[in-house]
Amino acid sequence: MNLLELEQVEARHGLLVAVRGIDLRLGEGERLAIVGANGAGKTTLLRTIAGAHRAAAGRVVLDGTDITVVPAHRRAALGVALVPEGRRLFASMTIEENLRVAQSCGRTGPWDIDAVLEAFPQLKPRFKARAGSLSGGEQQATAIARALMANPRVLLLDEVSLGLSPLAVERVYASLQSLLRTGTAVVLVEQDLQRAMDTTDRIVCMLEGRIVGEGRTGQITREQIMQTYFGHRPADALPERVGTAP
Amino acid sequence: MADPGALLAARSINMRFGALAVLEAVDFELAANAAVGIVGPNGAGKTTLLNVLAGALRPAAGRVHFRGTDITSLDAAERCRLGLARSHQVPRPFGGMTVFENLLVAASHGGGFGRAEAGARSVDALRLCGMLRLANRRAETLGLLDRKRLELARALVTDPQVLLLDEIGAGLTDGEAGELVATIRVLRERGIAIVWIEHIVHILIQVAERLVCMDAGRIIADGKPQAVLANAAVVDAYLGGRK
Repeated sequence: MNLLELEQVEARHGLLVAVRGIDLRLGEGERLAIVGANGAGKTTLLRTIAGAHRAAAGRVVLDGTDITVVPAHRRAALGVALVPEGRRLFASMTIEENLRVAQSCGRTGPWDIDAVLEAFPQLKPRFKARAGSLSGGEQQATAIARALMANPRVLLLDEVSLGLSPLAVERVYASLQSLLRTGTAVVLVEQDLQRAMDTTDRIVCMLEGRIVGEGRTGQITREQIMQTYFGHRPADALPERVGTAP
Repeated sequence: MADPGALLAARSINMRFGALAVLEAVDFELAANAAVGIVGPNGAGKTTLLNVLAGALRPAAGRVHFRGTDITSLDAAERCRLGLARSHQVPRPFGGMTVFENLLVAASHGGGFGRAEAGARSVDALRLCGMLRLANRRAETLGLLDRKRLELARALVTDPQVLLLDEIGAGLTDGEAGELVATIRVLRERGIAIVWIEHIVHILIQVAERLVCMDAGRIIADGKPQAVLANAAVVDAYLGGRK
């Protein structure tokens, strides 16, 4: 059984249909990247999976249970955690307080304060600092650590490198690589294709709210993905949708 | 110095929002009756450039010329009367008015036409954009495609020589976008030059014979669509650099 399944999911922003007829499957421990041009619907799709955005149609199924109408905080308790674009930390609270808020969802597992500080050692000296006073890289590390504190089964990461210095991006991804080895399933939205390819097993390309192609990271090329960004469908473009997750 | 043959030209444009440089030394020219697409990743400066051309933003440095005249100091309404019209990313029709009344307002205030001519131009624009049957509908009751059509029609009634389109295809289905493309092609046949920002590139290149790609406030490629889309710097701008 797949850990996460989306069936014909649609999501809207007012009159605008941002996500159309998405079918997607994610296996236990699988790492999936979603790429696509601005406005393709990537962030809306992640938010819809997390319950932060209401699905206008379709089903979101976690481990066989339909969670389409389950609110975000209950999805977190079921094991779905989102690291939102822009981090969205509680700015007036310390790093420690941000982490403890996530702990309140009640899930237990390998991730606790000690474990996340080991994964993100740059947070140790700032542990009592207010989140609003942190650098962009420290804020991103805190946001990921906060999501991990919920011991998620599915971790949704939205543009974790956006707005960070190259050095901060390196540090965040170095930490991510170590946590990915723990077997948490990941859905990563990332503009930097090389990072996405280095971090995940499978890549899905979105265009105008739809999935227009997907493939294993070792089997698709930048050129093929670029074709989907621009909406071309030449003979050598990305393969059409291929089956389900392993 | 701008090319004297250019219908619209922006030269050495710099624009900042606080500490952030949004446009840096941007040169852009549009020939009469040309159709140019502007592409680029999020935050590239595309909409800011369009705003500078339309007069919604005054550049920190650089000049904008239209038909050989320096229009840098003119505001958007003044430029509209000269023949520079634009559509917005998010259509915002005048609520509480019918579709026809929306066009009348644009024709009289934006285009400067008298009552009779404004009415005639509004009917023509409605017909051209396939909205005649919706003339008496309240604008706020329209769906997304019809709001986009209205946005286009509202620009058209000002009798533009240049139409600046900002993501007018966003959110439309392929079929709807195809209808919009057909309408925009008719505008080209009428001699209206077009500058069109669009993320949906396969739609854009059905109209534009030239593409400009922006990244981080600069123009990084300019030429025929297939050449621009294959340009290594353009690919890197969208996908990040290779290691």
